[in-house]
Amino acid sequence: MEVPILKQGAFLIATFQAALSDADLNQLRMGLVQQVVKLRSRAVIVDVTAMDVMDSFASRTLREIAHMIRLRGAETVIVGIQPEVAFAMVQLGLTLEGVATALDLEEGLAYLNEKFKTTN
Amino acid sequence: MAKRDGTSLPPELKQAEEPSELLRELVAHLRQNRTQLREEWVVRITETRLLTAMTKEEIFAEATSVYDSYVEALETEAFEALQAYARNLSERIIPRGVETHEVVGIVLLLRDVLARSLFAKYQNDFKKLNRILDAYEPAANRIANTVAVGFVQERERVIRQQQEAIRELSTPVLQVRERLLILPIIGVIDPQRARQLTEQLLRGIRTNRAKVVVIDITGVAAMDLTVANNLVQTVEASRLLGATVIVTGLSPEIAQTLVTIGVDLGKMNTVGDLQGGIEQAERLLGYKVEKLAEPR
Repeated sequence: MEVPILKQGAFLIATFQAALSDADLNQLRMGLVQQVVKLRSRAVIVDVTAMDVMDSFASRTLREIAHMIRLRGAETVIVGIQPEVAFAMVQLGLTLEGVATALDLEEGLAYLNEKFKTTN
Repeated sequence: MAKRDGTSLPPELKQAEEPSELLRELVAHLRQNRTQLREEWVVRITETRLLTAMTKEEIFAEATSVYDSYVEALETEAFEALQAYARNLSERIIPRGVETHEVVGIVLLLRDVLARSLFAKYQNDFKKLNRILDAYEPAANRIANTVAVGFVQERERVIRQQQEAIRELSTPVLQVRERLLILPIIGVIDPQRARQLTEQLLRGIRTNRAKVVVIDITGVAAMDLTVANNLVQTVEASRLLGATVIVTGLSPEIAQTLVTIGVDLGKMNTVGDLQGGIEQAERLLGYKVEKLAEPR
């Protein structure tokens, strides 16, 4: 399944679909990092609004994506986690520790703009 | 009547009836004497000061339908119908303040009144009385049991409903500034209420697009480990929705509980009181509060 990755200025926006298989997630991990390198992006927003479940593999993959992207000097923000999904995740101990999160795309962009404004 | 080997039965067995025949005879007697027995029962109810929450007319009306259902249950042995009737009756009388001991009391009184009338009727035939009671007693006991259980089940249902309503009313998620929510928690938090609080808060964060939440637990006396863990999870889940949580009003006992379960206090933002929590929240949101004049 192809995950659309859009360029928004210095940022990339990847919109996860509802039912991503483990294989999809693996492919995404490589694909996103490659895009960050190719386009010299400063940050990636991963929009998971459409995901109504988040299992431990997906959660771990998101953390790995953030980690790999940070090694390229770029920031990752996960946006759009649904209340029910968030609740289920923390009960399983999946807290996405160390990864920035925001309510939605708008908030994610606001967060990044604020962050790059102060570090410039 | 003769036995198969040709000899005859002893005299006392000559008039043996089928249990169902006895039951029919019993039911017929109870129906024939309905008015008188019902009246006697109502008198006993009043004497024993039961159903004081109801008027005499109400007691009489309910007594009539209970009596008829009682006799019908004896006759048909349809105990499911009786249980449904009992729950229905309970639904009516529980809001009137009728209690379990009263319901059990009046059913047992009816059992006694009916038994006495049987003693009176069969006083000259002790053996028949015994056979009648053999048929009557198990059925009567089962009826008392069914009605009591039906009543208690209805009471429990009402209590659960009330608890649910209280839970919903007592967990308001309040917006006090743009992007700032306050969740004041008061009273006892059991795991179910804790779960409901979390769900309500997360929905509130999304609806109000909150960036900071102040959870005030000044009004919470104690928290067990499960609920303390739930609080931690609430903080973590809120972060996943992009909101920072400030917990205020921790009592020494709760602070102890949190330390005991090894909560990473670096993860939990806490401030002494609600005022301090709101001030910090405002700072986080970029507000500065300035006093322009003295209060009038």
